[in-house]
Amino acid sequence: MNKAVGRQHRAGRLFIYGCLLLVAVYYLVPLFVMIMTSLKPLDEIRTGSLLGLPLNPTLEAWRVAWGSACTGVSCEGLKGYFWNSVFMVVPAVVISTMIGAFNGYVLTQWRFRGSDVLFGALLLGCFIPFQVVLLPMARTLGFLGISGSVAGLVFVHVIYGVAFTTLFFRNFYVNIPRELTNAARIDGAGFWLIFFRIVLPLSPPIIVVSVIWQFTQIWNDFLFGVVYSAGNQQPITVALNNLVNTSTGVKQYNVDMAAAIIAALPTLVVYVVSGKYFVRGLTAGSVKG
Amino acid sequence: MPVSHSKTFFKDLASAAALERLLPKLVMAPTFVVTLVFIYGFIFWNAWLSFSSSRMLPRMDWAGFTQYVRLFSNDRWWVAAENLAIFGGLFIVLCMAIGLFLAILLDQQVRLEGAIRTVYLYPMALSFIVTGTAWKWLLNPGLGIEKLVRDLGFENFTFDWLVDPEKAIYTVVIAGVWQSSGFVMALFLAGLRGIDDTIIKAAQVDGASLPSIYWRIVIPSLRPVFFSALIILSHIAIKSFDLVMALTGGGPGYASDVPATFMYAFSFTRGQIGLGAASAMMMLAAVVAIIVPFLYSELRRGRNE
Repeated sequence: MNKAVGRQHRAGRLFIYGCLLLVAVYYLVPLFVMIMTSLKPLDEIRTGSLLGLPLNPTLEAWRVAWGSACTGVSCEGLKGYFWNSVFMVVPAVVISTMIGAFNGYVLTQWRFRGSDVLFGALLLGCFIPFQVVLLPMARTLGFLGISGSVAGLVFVHVIYGVAFTTLFFRNFYVNIPRELTNAARIDGAGFWLIFFRIVLPLSPPIIVVSVIWQFTQIWNDFLFGVVYSAGNQQPITVALNNLVNTSTGVKQYNVDMAAAIIAALPTLVVYVVSGKYFVRGLTAGSVKG
Repeated sequence: MPVSHSKTFFKDLASAAALERLLPKLVMAPTFVVTLVFIYGFIFWNAWLSFSSSRMLPRMDWAGFTQYVRLFSNDRWWVAAENLAIFGGLFIVLCMAIGLFLAILLDQQVRLEGAIRTVYLYPMALSFIVTGTAWKWLLNPGLGIEKLVRDLGFENFTFDWLVDPEKAIYTVVIAGVWQSSGFVMALFLAGLRGIDDTIIKAAQVDGASLPSIYWRIVIPSLRPVFFSALIILSHIAIKSFDLVMALTGGGPGYASDVPATFMYAFSFTRGQIGLGAASAMMMLAAVVAIIVPFLYSELRRGRNE
């Protein structure tokens, strides 16, 4: 809406900017406090102010969080779990995005009797509370011999990610004019040729949206991680929670904060680098939640 | 439809064409199986568990509504349900109010809108575990905000909701709203940008003031956005698990339990699989009760267009 704002009073503008600034501070303070706390030694945390800058900034807490903090029984920091998350996220994102692209292509360009029903049925996968599949999936992973492992988590994330990626690609491909693919068909081009020559080259925007969405969802997942992984196979969110809630010894708040930032960094970086696509995925993908 | 011109001729050509015709279905087949087994099959399986006598180990017998009777006579379940009502209600109302307010402010052609939006939305990129950890520290009774305010000279200030059984669930509201309100802002802002501004210009010509334009024209026309924000937020609320685990762990005791943490605790740490399955069915029922009217109205809207 382009309303004539020119005649607004200065007081009105001041009010608007004042509110916006105040709220921006509210959103930023927790991040600021996290970073400051992670740079302070423990005694300074006890005596100093929560909002104060560190007097003797040190990266010691970061070093501990990465390499030697205790998460439950083992004391090797977050580094192993960080890589677990990487090894979980990369295949899960690639596979679920690929399947989503193929599905979206079929559902829009090669529709068959029942394909719309199948899509509707699949959409339920975007809505169900995952608690309702937790117990059966636990048994199934046991049958398959991949329970408690990163491979098991990849499997689970692909299965329950396909509903979202299919939704993304289907809603994107539905806007490709049918004339385009029909013309190719009359020229004798087949299923894969049309996909790779016509559809895929149009896809980069939706691929980016899908990859970012899946990356954020899977990296940030805790429910599947805490239920289906064990020991040194846990993803970073589970390790972070264990680290923060380990009750033995002196509570090292600076290490907690450094660990939380380490766990948050990959998704934050993705958000900062590709904010536009991130928001697009949120709004497209969240019509489901 | 597909490749009808190559149907006749040579045999191998025909079989290639047949394969080609089958290809779309073959490509969808894995997804079909996955949907059937891992969504519908598992829901059915879980339903069965909830009607069995399973405790430590899953048993496939029939125990009728025993688990549901146990669930509804379980104090902890009612605490969890009440907490969900408190958390869900406040979370939804606050996120919507803050989100709408910010969207309207941001829609006044402010400078640096992109940068401000980036700041408001970044919490959405974080894991609820990270959010929970951060707020757990801020709300730490000894060293967090309480200490900050005391150091300012208010010696008797207390802010120990995190360890207060009566108040713990409200800390989840605080952190949840911090994380999700920026997202609701983005939804409303997109809605505002989609409003046809000729109506607003006409109202301005008629001398309507800005607040009354918003109250009478703009906000009512955002109804679909309110609707989808409501669906999304209630969905997040019902599924909320990570945030509670990281912030309060459901404690003190089970004072801040929600259905999702209840389900986890009984299914995976207390060896009450049947009870856990029954609580999961109740969560599914709650989501279905919210989603079905939404899907119905969406489908009807799609048909009318």
